[in-house]
Amino acid sequence: MFCNGLRNLSEIGQKIASRGFHTTAVNDQLHLLSRLRVVDNSEIGKRAMAEGKPPKIFHVYNKTGVGTIGDKVMVAIKGEKKKGIIVGCKQTQQAMVPKFDSNNVVLIDDNGSPLGTRIHVPIPNLLRTILRKKTIAKGADYTKLLAIATKFV
Amino acid sequence: MSNLVLFQLRKSTVALSAISKLNKTHIEIQFNFKYLVGQLSQRLQSTSSQVVVRENTKREQKRVVPPNYRHIYPEFLPDPNMEFRNSVREKLERTDMINRRSRIEIPEFYVGSILAVTSSDEHAVGKTTKFVGICIKREFCGLRANFTLRNVVDNLGVEIKYEMYDPRLQRVQVLRLEKRLDSELLYLRDADPEFSTFPFDMDAEFLNEGAPVPVNPLKVNLRPPPWYARWERLQPKGAIIPELRGRRKEKSEKWLEKFSEPWEKYDLMKQYRKTIPEEEQDSIYSDIYSELHQMEIASKKLKRKKAFVKPKKTG
Repeated sequence: MFCNGLRNLSEIGQKIASRGFHTTAVNDQLHLLSRLRVVDNSEIGKRAMAEGKPPKIFHVYNKTGVGTIGDKVMVAIKGEKKKGIIVGCKQTQQAMVPKFDSNNVVLIDDNGSPLGTRIHVPIPNLLRTILRKKTIAKGADYTKLLAIATKFV
Repeated sequence: MSNLVLFQLRKSTVALSAISKLNKTHIEIQFNFKYLVGQLSQRLQSTSSQVVVRENTKREQKRVVPPNYRHIYPEFLPDPNMEFRNSVREKLERTDMINRRSRIEIPEFYVGSILAVTSSDEHAVGKTTKFVGICIKREFCGLRANFTLRNVVDNLGVEIKYEMYDPRLQRVQVLRLEKRLDSELLYLRDADPEFSTFPFDMDAEFLNEGAPVPVNPLKVNLRPPPWYARWERLQPKGAIIPELRGRRKEKSEKWLEKFSEPWEKYDLMKQYRKTIPEEEQDSIYSDIYSELHQMEIASKKLKRKKAFVKPKKTG
């Protein structure tokens, strides 16, 4: 009898765990294990996107752990660790800050120079100021990313 | 008789007299009230027709505000929710809005119109940016009023929310004035990108003065789910929802059967709670009518000046 009850309980638990819908509103936050879209023309990024295996965040370099425009992230891409800068978010933004239809990332190396040579989507104007502030003198220079952008909104 | 008994007797007589007095006054009050009501009703009956006529004429005299102001300037009307009402704040906000409008022309536009917004941007190279897009949402009232523009740039959907009375706005231009079938076009996020793609160098289209705002009956094709919202339940008029399959189709049908409220449009109380009564609208708009009207005239004059091209001498 008792065993039977337990089995029933576990069945219910499985059903709850496997339900295919959200119980809360989607807020599109970028945190651990969120998928991103690589928008530069770096070789590894292009191959990952073509194979349908977009990069996954496994660290956000800020104190909240939630990535927004201009935040540096560590991503797992094609079995490698790469750093990237978030250049566009799907999440609802404040007034005058653009909101994009996808979560975009540009891959960079440790010095802050991008792996690709071209970004083929618009990036926010706001990024100019943010990246300039984040750049460390005689350290990583993130503003190189702005030079390869094609369009600002 | 002992003293005690005397005392008690006196007490009771005093109490009795008090009660009788009270009753008397009560009766008197009642009588007076009845008399007054009777008098009033008689007077009302005699003059009711006159009063009605006078009120009507007053209203007609008062009604200088065009009835379409609630569509052109919806953000001047306060939130109908009583929790958010504060008459003093509303009045102050209205004066602030008028002051801002005297600086920048915020034209008439609707959800579905195509706008170009030039704003000062400290992050941009030339310190100003221009964004063109279709207005997909218009929210809030007072100084918090905002609208959202959407465009597809380089195959990527971009949306920017602007606050209407933001001092950073430099110019708001309506490139195409029209309405769509819905009050919110958020389904464009799940539609083909061609429906929200507009060139940044688009020219403003000309609409005749005084002509009604055209309604664009365009229906957009939605991509198959996943979607931003459950459009199969919300059923927007301007979207063609693709055939759903399997469990989702069953669920949506069941939901519509169970929760759809076809009587909602006849629910007068619901409508009343969602809107500001006409009398209140009149009083609000009549306060600011003269200023708004002056601005309209000035902008019309400017437009005519711009539209007029001096003929050149040939030959």
